[in-house]
Amino acid sequence: MEILVCVKRVPTVGGRITVTPDRQEVDTRMSGFAISPHEECAVEEAVQITERVGGSVTAVTLGPEEAIEQLRGSLALGAGRAVLLETDGREFGPIATAAAIAAEVRAHGYDLVLLGNEAADTGDYQVGIRLAHELGWPVATGIKSLEVSGGAVIARREYRGVEEAYELPLPAVITVKEGINLPRYPSLPGRLRAKRAAVERSSPAWTQFGPEGLRKEELRVPASSQHQATVLGHGADAVPELVRVLAELGILP
Amino acid sequence: MTVLCLVELDGTDPADVSLRALTLARTLGDSSIGAVVFADSAGMPAATLADYGVTDGYVIEPGSLDGYAPQAWARVLAGLATETGATAVLAAGTDRGNEVLAHLGAITGLPMAANCTVVTPDGGRTHRIVRHRWAGLLLEHAVMEAPVALFTVATDAVAPVPVRVSAETPDAIAQDVSAETPASLQIHVHKPELAEADLVVRAVESAGRAGGVSLATARVVVGGGRGVGGPDGFAPLEELAELLGGVVGVSRVVTSEGWRPHRQQVGQTGTKITPELYLACGISGAIQHIAGCAGAKHIIAINTDPGAPILAHADYTIIGDLHEVIPALVEALRAR
Repeated sequence: MEILVCVKRVPTVGGRITVTPDRQEVDTRMSGFAISPHEECAVEEAVQITERVGGSVTAVTLGPEEAIEQLRGSLALGAGRAVLLETDGREFGPIATAAAIAAEVRAHGYDLVLLGNEAADTGDYQVGIRLAHELGWPVATGIKSLEVSGGAVIARREYRGVEEAYELPLPAVITVKEGINLPRYPSLPGRLRAKRAAVERSSPAWTQFGPEGLRKEELRVPASSQHQATVLGHGADAVPELVRVLAELGILP
Repeated sequence: MTVLCLVELDGTDPADVSLRALTLARTLGDSSIGAVVFADSAGMPAATLADYGVTDGYVIEPGSLDGYAPQAWARVLAGLATETGATAVLAAGTDRGNEVLAHLGAITGLPMAANCTVVTPDGGRTHRIVRHRWAGLLLEHAVMEAPVALFTVATDAVAPVPVRVSAETPDAIAQDVSAETPASLQIHVHKPELAEADLVVRAVESAGRAGGVSLATARVVVGGGRGVGGPDGFAPLEELAELLGGVVGVSRVVTSEGWRPHRQQVGQTGTKITPELYLACGISGAIQHIAGCAGAKHIIAINTDPGAPILAHADYTIIGDLHEVIPALVEALRAR
């Protein structure tokens, strides 16, 4: 089973999001970066599948040179090969992103492509689906459980308390959500191997993709999200006051 | 001028999130609001849809299309959009809404904006859009240029407001309703012929886990974070949740450490909650977590760190160790 996993480098914003003075980007001067959470689970899932049925895992990312950090993170989790589709740092929209990944799929041939259901930062909810249409493959999204059997995958998710099962013939595209597995901690040998591994590079032609029809003008932090909390007290001494507040809010039976 | 809205059903009623999407659809200024419902004709909630300003109800009857098939649903929407000359097609920003509209974007080659809070026509093919990034903790202002605007509506962005008041309309909403002429709803029944390729991916549904209060709909959620200290520290939180008629939710670090199962996670990558009260214990309040609990009506935080980011989102706070505060609170509540 040849699996391609698509990962995205996103800032770890911690307790607060701020934007750059030109309001075009999230201010990342104080933040680290990580693989977007759903996609970290996609890497783990791909590695687990190849551990069961054999095959290999390739991690791909579309991003700037710095995104090699997230490819090495994927290699440390067990991916065998890594490909950087290098951009000049500008944001590719979902149509261009899907087209760039499709080119990698066509060039190397895969049985299964895994992505996260949506990226933590842009939240476009569509790259996997556009990729599937580009390739003419079936796609299931938001998947929380995946079984490979023969030439098909059984993908499951829950929607409003009802379990949905999808059976897809391979090759297929699956987008997963965190919770499908618990990603392992990279082993020391894994990290060392990842550090030494070669990362293949190619440059998707930015210019071949026209404007996508959705143009970002600016980013804003919603005004109402922060306020001052009333301190009820310190430690267990604050409990009587807490009980009074709970009663006032109508919480107590 | 027509706008089409995919309406999901909750039993036999339109889902609340779809009524919110319809409320936003009315702001686009189109004379015809079409609701697309995948159901039997008998299952068309016509009266409620008319209350929300729908002028045309498109019933897509099952036939070859049995059960949820996202690509097929999108193909049907694409056909209806062409047939009606729609200027916009939208859905609620649910897992299904985002999925179907993404397929529609791929089928038509048009852009799709997920989880919008505001959509304003700006002449011709242009719409000005505000949409969620980072699960709503950051807003993107953008311009969409497309012959048909495709978008989903963030589920918490717009209150559902009917165009006419019925006996069941809550007072709070009824006050906002402008006096518009009650619309008459025209029903159109479709039995689409679909290509096999659009039906390859379809859901086989089975009953989910039964019983218990769900995290998404709980009235009270007692949250536990890193401060709980380990997998064995949750018993007092469980006890408190039970006393308050609620459930326990946890932060991402708790599920990443494997202390609790992922289905208990409150956050951007877990469950979004909307309780009356969220009692956040030992949770620092990373953006990832706030994205999941910002819909709580009241937030009370218990934290040893007076500088924890959660405090900027809380209404009340206790500075202290949850291991002292929670048992004392349980004792006080039992004594009542």
